[in-house]
Amino acid sequence: MTTTPDSQVVLSVEDVTVDTRPKGQKPIVRNISFDVKEGETVCIVGESGSGKSVTSMAVMGLLPKDALQVTGGRIMLDGEDILKVTPARMRELRAASVAMVFQEPMTALNPVKTVGDQIDEVLRLHTKDSPAERRKKVLSMLDRVHLPDIERVYKSYPHELSGGQRQRIVIAMALILRPRLLLADEPTTALDVTTQKQILYLIKELQEQEKTAVVFVTHDFGVVSEIADRIVVMNRGDLVETGTRDEILTAPKKDYTRMLVSSVPSLIPRREPIAAQPKVLDVISLQKRYGKKGLLSDNTVLAAQDINFTVHKGEITGIIGESGSGKSTVARCVMRLTDPTEGSVVVNGRDIVPMNNLRDVRKQVQYIFQDPYRSLNPRRTIGQSLMEGLINYGMDEAEAKKRVGETLELVNMPASVMNRYPHQFSGGQRQRVAIARAVVMKPDLLIADEAVSALDVTVQAQVLKLLEDIRDNTGVSILFITHDLRVAAQICNTVVVMQKGKIVEHGAARDILANPQHAYTRALIDAAPAPDWDFQNFRPATAAVAV
Amino acid sequence: MLSFVVKRVLSAVPVLFMVAVIVFMVLRLSPGDPAVMIAGPNATSEQLADLRESMGLNRPLLEQLVIWLGDIGRGDFGTSLVSGKPVTELVMDRLWPTLALSTTTIILAVAVALPLGVIAAWQQGKWLDRLVMAGSVVGFSVPVFIIGYVMILIFARKLGWFPVQGYKPIADGFGEFASRLVLPSIALSFPYIALIARIVRTNVIEVMGEDYIRTARAKGQTERGVMTEHALRNAAVPIVTIIGVSIAMLISGVVVTESVFNIPGLGRLVLEAVLARDYTVIQAVILLFSTIYVFINLSVDLLYGLFDPRIRY
Repeated sequence: MTTTPDSQVVLSVEDVTVDTRPKGQKPIVRNISFDVKEGETVCIVGESGSGKSVTSMAVMGLLPKDALQVTGGRIMLDGEDILKVTPARMRELRAASVAMVFQEPMTALNPVKTVGDQIDEVLRLHTKDSPAERRKKVLSMLDRVHLPDIERVYKSYPHELSGGQRQRIVIAMALILRPRLLLADEPTTALDVTTQKQILYLIKELQEQEKTAVVFVTHDFGVVSEIADRIVVMNRGDLVETGTRDEILTAPKKDYTRMLVSSVPSLIPRREPIAAQPKVLDVISLQKRYGKKGLLSDNTVLAAQDINFTVHKGEITGIIGESGSGKSTVARCVMRLTDPTEGSVVVNGRDIVPMNNLRDVRKQVQYIFQDPYRSLNPRRTIGQSLMEGLINYGMDEAEAKKRVGETLELVNMPASVMNRYPHQFSGGQRQRVAIARAVVMKPDLLIADEAVSALDVTVQAQVLKLLEDIRDNTGVSILFITHDLRVAAQICNTVVVMQKGKIVEHGAARDILANPQHAYTRALIDAAPAPDWDFQNFRPATAAVAV
Repeated sequence: MLSFVVKRVLSAVPVLFMVAVIVFMVLRLSPGDPAVMIAGPNATSEQLADLRESMGLNRPLLEQLVIWLGDIGRGDFGTSLVSGKPVTELVMDRLWPTLALSTTTIILAVAVALPLGVIAAWQQGKWLDRLVMAGSVVGFSVPVFIIGYVMILIFARKLGWFPVQGYKPIADGFGEFASRLVLPSIALSFPYIALIARIVRTNVIEVMGEDYIRTARAKGQTERGVMTEHALRNAAVPIVTIIGVSIAMLISGVVVTESVFNIPGLGRLVLEAVLARDYTVIQAVILLFSTIYVFINLSVDLLYGLFDPRIRY
C-alpha cells in the first residue's frame, strides 16, 4: 500500500443516489459513500446490475443526460463538489483532474483518427502548449506506457494496434495530464490474461510515480486480490460492505460478500482424468487452413495444426488458450461447422470428416455458445426452440414436449417456462435454457465454447455445477473451450493447452495446472490473477496444498 | 493510400469496357435488321443497302465492334439519324445545362441536408427533430413537378423574382445563367434534402452512441467538438454513399425537371431521341450516363478511403 494515515483524500463519495429520468420505482444506486486517498487503489466489485459502472460514470459526470441523474449526496473531488460545478468547469476537470480508462479498448478509440492525434487532443483542450511541445509530451507519454516504436505508433490508427496496445493508448490519454484520480472501468476484462497482467502492472507503476488515486471497477476477484488496497462491494445498487483487501477476502462480514468471494473459481485443479471408458471423440492430426493459396502469394492462415486429443465417455476436456490460439477453430471442426483441411475427427468410432450427410452426427454432438443473449431466437418460445431439434429428428410433438419438460427440470428450470420468450429471462437463466437446448438431444458430446465467460461469477459457479451434474446424470462428455484457467481448473478432467494453432501441452488437469512443463502454460498460469488465492475457503492457496 | 487509388481507378476500366460492349450489342442484337430499324419501315432496298455500307453493318460483328470502339475512343459517335448532325456535338450542347442543374442541385441539397440532419440528431426526440423529420416526409412525398409548378406560380408569376422558364449559357452573363437555375434546382433538391438529412440524422445518432464519443467527452471535449472532431467523420461513409446514389438518381431524374422548366438538357434530348428512335443518340447518351455512374461510384469508393483509414486496402 502506498498510502499513509495522513494521505490526502482525493475523492469522497458521500451518500450518493442515482435515479433514472423520469424517476423510477427505486433509484438504481442508493446512498453510496466511500473515500479514495492519493496513491490508493479502491476496487468497486459487483456483478452486472450492481451499479458499479453507474457510480464511476457519476464521478466522471458522464451519466447519459436524458436517462440518469444524481438525485442526492455529494461527490467531492479535492474539496470541490462536482455535482455543483458548471458544465464548463466539469470539462476542465475531466482529463486534468479525473480521467477514465474504459473496458473496451477496441471501441474506446476513434477509428478514423491516428492515436497520436487523439492523445494530442487532450493537450489541445487543456493546455496552451505549441504543437511541437505537445508532440514531445505525447511521445514521452507513449514511451512511459512502454509502447514500442513510438514514432510509428503515434501515426498509427487504432485498428493497426493490438488490444493491449490500444489499452496502453487509452491509459496514456488518461494520464498525460497527471490527473489526481483515475477511474478504471473493467479495463482488463476484454484482454487476454498475459496482456491483463501487463496492463495491471502498468497502471500500478504509473500510479506509484504520480501518487494517483485509483478507482478500479471490476467483477473479477482475481484482479481485485492483486491490486486492491480497499474493496467496496456493491449489489443491486446498494453498498454491501467496504474493507481492506484482506478483510474482504478472508473474513467477509456479509452473506452476499461471502457468496460472491466463494464463487470465484480457484486455480487449484480438482478433477482426475477418466480412463476406463470408451472414446467418444478422437481427433487425429487435425489441420485447418483458412483462405486459399494464390498462384504467387500465400495469404492463408494456418489456424490449427497437428491437433491430436481424445475425449472419453463422461470426461470433461478443456481446450485452453488465448484469443487467436485456434481453440474455437478446433471446436468448429469437431462439429463440422467448418471443414478441416486435413486429419480425422472420429466420433463414436466413425470419422465424420469425409461424411456428406451429417444428420446423425449433429444429433450426437451439440454446441453451447458463448453469448446466451444471442443464441436463442427471440421470436420463438423456449418450448419451440427446444422442441425444434427433436421434431427435426422425427419425434412427435407430444413426446418432444415431454422430453423438453424433463430436460428443463434437469437444468433446474420449471417445465412451465416453455411458453415464455428468451427476453423474459436473465443471462444465467438463458444459458441454462441454451444448455437444455443442447442436452435435450441426448448427445454423446457437448461442446461448450466459452459457455460461462459472459456470466457473473455467482451465476458462473451455478452453471459450472450444472454442467457437472448433467455429466454425472447422463454420462455425456464435454469439450470445454475456455480462456479462463480458473474455470478449467474447476471442471476439467483433462486439458489441452493451445497456442498459435498448436497444442503445446496436453494431459490430466492436475498435472498441467499444478505442474506445467511448457513455458507457455507456465506463463499463462503466472499471468492468471491471484494464482495463490483459494477464494472458496477464504484463504491463500498455500493453505490448501496440505489438504 | 496511393496503391488504393490506383487499384480503384484501374478497376473502373474493365467496367467501362463492358458497358461499351453492351451498348454496342443492344442495337445489333435487337430482333430484326438494324438497318431496317434505323431507316424505318418505308425505306427502299437501295436506301437500306447504302445504309448498311455506310454504317459498316455488313461486316463481321467483331470487326464492327472494333471499329465502333475506335470511333468512340476518338469521341466520334456517328451522326444523328434524325437531324444528321454529329452526335457528339448534340450531346455536348445538351450536357452543360444538365450538368449545371445537377451540380447546383446536389450542392444545394448537401448544404441544406447536412446541417438539418446534424441538428435533428442533436435534438433527437425534441420538437426541432420532429419538425425536420416531418418536413423530410413532405419533401420526399411531393412530386418534383408539383413543387416546380407551385414555385413557378409563386416566385416567377406572382412575385416576379425569377424568370419563369428556360436556360441561358453562362457566356450570356452569370446573372442570366444563375437566375434561371434557382427555381429548378430548389424544386429538384427537395427529395434529396429529405433523403440525405434522414441518413445524416440516423448515422450521427448511431455514432453518438459509440464508446469513443464517451472517451471524447471524458477528455473534456465540448459537445461541439465531439460532433465536429469525432462524430461527423465516422458517420461520413454511409452519408457519402447516399450522396453518390443521389447524384445517380438525380441524373436520371432531370428529365422531368427539364420538361417543367423547359431546359434544353440531356433529359430532353433522351426523350426526343427515344420518341424518334434516334439510335446513335441513344447509344451515346446511355454510354455517357453509364460512364458518369461509374465515376460517381469510383469517387464514392475513393472518399471511403479518405474518411475511413480501415478501408484503404
